[in-house]
Amino acid sequence: MIEVKGLNKSFGDHHVLKNIDAQFHKGQVNIIIGQSGSGKTVLTKCMVGLHEVDSGTIEYDGRDFTSMSFNEKKSIRQDIGMLFQGGALFDSMTVEENIMFPLSMFTDQNFKARRDRAQFCLERVNLSEAGKLFPSELSGGMKKRVAIARAISMKPKYLFCDEPNSGLDPKTGLVIDQLIQEITDEYEITTIVITHDMNSVIEIGENIQFIYKGEKWWEGSKEEILRTENQEVVDFVYASKFMKQVRADLAK
Amino acid sequence: MGRVFRRPEKWSIYRQRIFEEVQNIGYDSIGLVAIVSTFMGAVLTIQLAYNITSPLIPVYTVGLGVRDSLILEFSPTIISIILAGKVGSSIAGEIGTMRVTDQIDALDIMGVNSTNYLVGPKMIAAIICNPFIVIISIALGIFGGYMAGVLTGEVSGNDFIYGIQYWFQPFYITYALMKTVVFAAIITTVPAYFGYHTSGGALEVGRASTVSVVYSIVIVLTFNLILTQMLLQ
Repeated sequence: MIEVKGLNKSFGDHHVLKNIDAQFHKGQVNIIIGQSGSGKTVLTKCMVGLHEVDSGTIEYDGRDFTSMSFNEKKSIRQDIGMLFQGGALFDSMTVEENIMFPLSMFTDQNFKARRDRAQFCLERVNLSEAGKLFPSELSGGMKKRVAIARAISMKPKYLFCDEPNSGLDPKTGLVIDQLIQEITDEYEITTIVITHDMNSVIEIGENIQFIYKGEKWWEGSKEEILRTENQEVVDFVYASKFMKQVRADLAK
Repeated sequence: MGRVFRRPEKWSIYRQRIFEEVQNIGYDSIGLVAIVSTFMGAVLTIQLAYNITSPLIPVYTVGLGVRDSLILEFSPTIISIILAGKVGSSIAGEIGTMRVTDQIDALDIMGVNSTNYLVGPKMIAAIICNPFIVIISIALGIFGGYMAGVLTGEVSGNDFIYGIQYWFQPFYITYALMKTVVFAAIITTVPAYFGYHTSGGALEVGRASTVSVVYSIVIVLTFNLILTQMLLQ
């Protein structure tokens, strides 16, 4: 479980995160939603240590990440997998080398063991034939799947996904969502997905946190988010015509 | 900067990265350096021969002048400036692109010291390679000068060879290599800094690349002045 307590973060005079308290549960797909500029990406970057926090704590299974030194944070970072919006695959390496990279860096496994693990991860994301390709030769959806394969290569305890469906067609987006759900269930990891895609929220969201203007505004399940009367959440969730229709149908 | 010199996560990977950078920064620059140095030596010879008109100055001073100009200034400084353009823009572009495409964040999240992993091997490779490149440059510059002198008939082969052996100061080589090592550190770390702190997109990466080359050249020239004053005093 990841627990955020009283988190504050400012950039100059701009107070981006305001006293955020949130819990992200093990074995669940925890979703952070909110409008663009609401602070969800900053929150995630604080959680993985890319931004220093101004005040508050972030605990990974009771271990206070914010008070750790650079070297102490390393041990937790090796338990973190992250899927970036664009994949963030290393351009100079093949797909296989990308997946083997964290294994080469942090384990003493020999080449064969690392390659076997990379192949296993590629098979897990249904890309067993892509090992020798370079990232530039992959489609957007394939890049995301390779990024998931790289994220799970070290058997992480925590998986962060930054807008996993952005730039993908709805069908490929669904494949990525299902993959995230399956991996979360399979390895019982704490998964955190940042998104504004309501399809993802409805598809895989188990614990949903709504961020509004830098504050944790609302929290609940996917069933609850469809029925909430919280005006800001309603405005966000039912922004599209399609969702407005869904709401009308639910009301009936 | 301190993080560049921290202990690497894994020495075997760090060593491999240094070899890769020796290829990128050193080996891949030899062709350009060879062409520039040969022509530089040739032009120097013709200009010196053209300007020495007094019959009191022996012709072999052309060889001497070419040798000392190449060792003291042209090879260490001009070649470093050329490498600042070639290698520096490549470093800033590579690291800048990695920054804006989240690849550096990916390294950091994995627990890899990204500055150490990305910048350290480039700096070490340049410090190892550039002295060799400068030695090659000096040799090819002298060869170019010899060829130009002989082919144009301005200086005979014997006079030129006598000139390049005349009153040779071994310290000049030490001086040239000391400058080269300092310049190697500058032309790798300055572009790496600009690349690492890029934010935005392709436009900003291009801008970082250009600015880093300008800064590298200015810093190289400044250090050239300081080192010349310190070492040749």
